[in-house]
Amino acid sequence: MSNFFLYLTSILLIMAGLAAILYKRNLIKIVIALNILEAGVNLLFITLGYRPGGTAPIFTMAPELEGLSMVLPTPQALILTNIVIGFATTALMLTFAVLTHRHNDTMDIRNLRGVESND
Amino acid sequence: MIEHLPILAITVPLFAAFLLPIIEKAHFRARNAAALLAILSVNVMVVLLALRLSREGAPLVYVLGAQSPAQILPQGLDFPIRIMLKIDGFSIFMALTSAVVVLVSYVYSMKYVPEDPRKNYYTILLMLMLVGMLGLEFTNDLFNFFVFLEILSISSSALVSYSYNRKFSPYAGYKYMMISAVATSFLLIGIAFFYSQYGSFNIEYLHGVIRFTLLDKIALIFMVVPLAMKAGAIPMHMWVPDAYSEAPAPVTAALVSASQASLYGVFRLSFSLFGNPVSDVTLNYHTLGWIIIVLGVLSMFVGVTMALVQHDVKRLMAYHAISQTGYMLLGVGVGVVVYMDPGGAAYAAFGRDAMMGGIFHIMNHAFYKGLLFLTSGVMVLRFGTRDLNKMMGMAHRDTFTTLCFIAGALAISGVPPFNGFASKILIYESVYRFSPILAIIAMFVSVLTLASFLKVFYGAFLGPRNEDIIVIDEPLPATVTAAMGVFCFLVLAMGLFPGEVLKYLVEPAVAGLVPGR
Repeated sequence: MSNFFLYLTSILLIMAGLAAILYKRNLIKIVIALNILEAGVNLLFITLGYRPGGTAPIFTMAPELEGLSMVLPTPQALILTNIVIGFATTALMLTFAVLTHRHNDTMDIRNLRGVESND
Repeated sequence: MIEHLPILAITVPLFAAFLLPIIEKAHFRARNAAALLAILSVNVMVVLLALRLSREGAPLVYVLGAQSPAQILPQGLDFPIRIMLKIDGFSIFMALTSAVVVLVSYVYSMKYVPEDPRKNYYTILLMLMLVGMLGLEFTNDLFNFFVFLEILSISSSALVSYSYNRKFSPYAGYKYMMISAVATSFLLIGIAFFYSQYGSFNIEYLHGVIRFTLLDKIALIFMVVPLAMKAGAIPMHMWVPDAYSEAPAPVTAALVSASQASLYGVFRLSFSLFGNPVSDVTLNYHTLGWIIIVLGVLSMFVGVTMALVQHDVKRLMAYHAISQTGYMLLGVGVGVVVYMDPGGAAYAAFGRDAMMGGIFHIMNHAFYKGLLFLTSGVMVLRFGTRDLNKMMGMAHRDTFTTLCFIAGALAISGVPPFNGFASKILIYESVYRFSPILAIIAMFVSVLTLASFLKVFYGAFLGPRNEDIIVIDEPLPATVTAAMGVFCFLVLAMGLFPGEVLKYLVEPAVAGLVPGR
């Protein structure tokens, strides 16, 4: 039952993030939305990768091999990587947002329609 | 040493990239030489791998952290747990394309990108792009596939906005990074669906145990659509013109190759993960094939019509990049549709040729589009603008650039004897036997392509000599000319001897995607 709420939370987070990416017009808010989306994906991945009642994947410590359920560390390693990547992405995108604001005096993507030849 | 080449091809540029700022302390020429040496050594390693692959015939497997690189299954286990690299014909085909394109872009940018304190970052990021592309193409593991895709996205979006003082450069980088981040998040959901069912990230293992449940089909959508988005197929193409036009010219040439690496992901996942079923259960291949064909035809047609109305030379070329991606999707899509037909007669008759044409077009596109973007860099250098209406008479001054542009423009329109013709004729002939209307659309798009490049040629190269509009009046650096010369030579050589390329590179690539057919 607890897993059900985890799935529900992650799907709600993903949906909320996606909706905000699609409907928000502010460059910074889109970055925040992206972070919400990534949090949802991370939570979903961790939940799907966990086996309730599983042991650590060390063979010498396993009680018996029959019906053994192990929690491999790979999904958690992947999610750690994704958190770090998400950090890099956020930093880079905020830099771009600041520079865009400096050049165009606006944060609103409606005023930034298309890149024009500006030489 | 020779058996460790697969991982060395990825780690050598990775370590070299972060050594460069230290080498730069001595002299910037030392850094340039070191970077050139590292990229050249990657090219040599990829060629050595290709030779070894053709000698052994079977895909090369490299297992990291095992007692010997060939030991796939550790003792007592019946599933692989270690990180694996697997190199087949298609991987090596793509790796060769990426390595050559990055080498030429780097040579071009040695003098083209001005030497300032930020040039270190430029070199590091370009080498990281190479790492991302090679890792993506060599890995046999969804975990690493994801990580290398992110390395590629972050480094290329940082390079897109390298000239950050321009008005819209950071915004183009923002757009590209946003698209990449959303795409990779959804790719991760697809990977999660696989992991939850089969407990592994290994593509080869997953391919053996896949049961084509509903969740697998959802996962296919979650994985193929984001990659098609990063490759710039039509409904998800809005980032392409902005990113391609705002990036410096050599970066754009490398970006074309980066988009092809995402296209590699589309083909790799739909064949090596979902295709060639081991069990009787299988996916409806007609649907997947038709989705790829529709994406391809839309990309071709919408891309070229959007290109016709552009006045900005780099945006025009970027829309053509979308349009040419359509040819690859069309060729491979036709192969996918007829692939599972009973008896395999249709596949043997024209499906395989269509796939060969589509895959051959990837390499051709990377080279002639790279050449065209490099010539556009010279135009921007001379006139200080990307607006075609403000350019004229460049043929009087830069004869070699003009010749290179003509070669690229004729190659992209599929005129013999350039390489675009070799792959397009394969696509036309085989697609015609599948559905004449699709082949006619493809030919019509080629005509429109030629028309819009005639516009560029007429606008920028012909006309009277006008010294007033020239911004920089120095002769081109030798490295710039050399880089364009290399691409020009490749475009011509691959058009004159397509048989050899098809035999030694494209046929193994198709065999790598569809083993045994």
